[in-house]
Amino acid sequence: MMLRMLKIAACLAPAMLAVGCATKQAAYDYTAFKAAKPRSIVVLPPLNNSPEVNAGNSVYAQVSYPLAEAGYYVLPVAVVAETFKQNGLANAADIHGVEAKKLNEIFGADAGLYLTIDKYGSTYTVIDSVSVVSVKAKLVDLKTGTLLWEGAAAASSNEGGNNGGGGLVGALVAAAVKQIINSSTDASHPIAGRANARLLSAGGANGLLYGPRSERYLAQ
Amino acid sequence: MTSTIVKKSTATAAMLAAFVLTGCASAPKTLYQWEGYEPQVYQYLKGESPEQQIAVMEKDLQTISAKGRQVPPGFHAHLGMLYSVAGKPDQVVTQFEDEKKLFPESAAYMDFLLGKVKKGETL
Repeated sequence: MMLRMLKIAACLAPAMLAVGCATKQAAYDYTAFKAAKPRSIVVLPPLNNSPEVNAGNSVYAQVSYPLAEAGYYVLPVAVVAETFKQNGLANAADIHGVEAKKLNEIFGADAGLYLTIDKYGSTYTVIDSVSVVSVKAKLVDLKTGTLLWEGAAAASSNEGGNNGGGGLVGALVAAAVKQIINSSTDASHPIAGRANARLLSAGGANGLLYGPRSERYLAQ
Repeated sequence: MTSTIVKKSTATAAMLAAFVLTGCASAPKTLYQWEGYEPQVYQYLKGESPEQQIAVMEKDLQTISAKGRQVPPGFHAHLGMLYSVAGKPDQVVTQFEDEKKLFPESAAYMDFLLGKVKKGETL
């Protein structure tokens, strides 16, 4: 068993290196995603690998907008977090370990979104302060446990005028930033909103596919 | 007759101006009218008291309905949970039913929560 895992890891390592270095990624394989046709998504409380204790709340509070605008039904995140708490699961790592089928039973969601925050916070220097947030995501079919999609995105306060990267996704990103910018004094919070919008808006290269509530669903 | 023509052309000009202005707006039309849903979720997750959030979300509902637009997924369910924390079980049920009506995808979870409300359990 161990040997087999090592072999697999050895085979995967060069593949990961190759992907890591490639400047232009190969077209994403959406076969499983298209076959599963998820309509609803339950987002689990994010795993937080950053030192900022509030990062999980900040990222979690800003996932509904991009996912719902992509055409999915997004379960109410704070209510979902309460349900986990009532079942004795307060910590994201424990929650990420819950069986997919069990999540499907309780929430009735087609897919689960597993988020990991790698960076969240501000670095202050003499001349500048930069907030950086980076998040990665895995979308899993909760009936079968199959991985449907994965991606990663980052945003920084130091991006100048090029906020969204243009196009429809860019406009949505700008809108996402605008809607929360006045509501928070936490400098990294709007940056997290931008990272989320980049990560979870549909229609971008290798991004999420549109969901059934979007008018673009049938055209893709 | 002349005045009717003048009136008509004024109206046309006004409509044209409105059309041009709308056409220039860069924001894409979103599926939902979000108002303060996400900021209120953030307040809740940070452990702020629900009364202020309820007040904001009730006002948001009026704004959204006045604009004739769609409430985003989760909005009614979240407000229902806030009512539950504030000890208003009747309003909890109304909100969960509204979520279910607008988004049938939520039915299984809303029924699970409604069952808890009926039994008087914490959500």
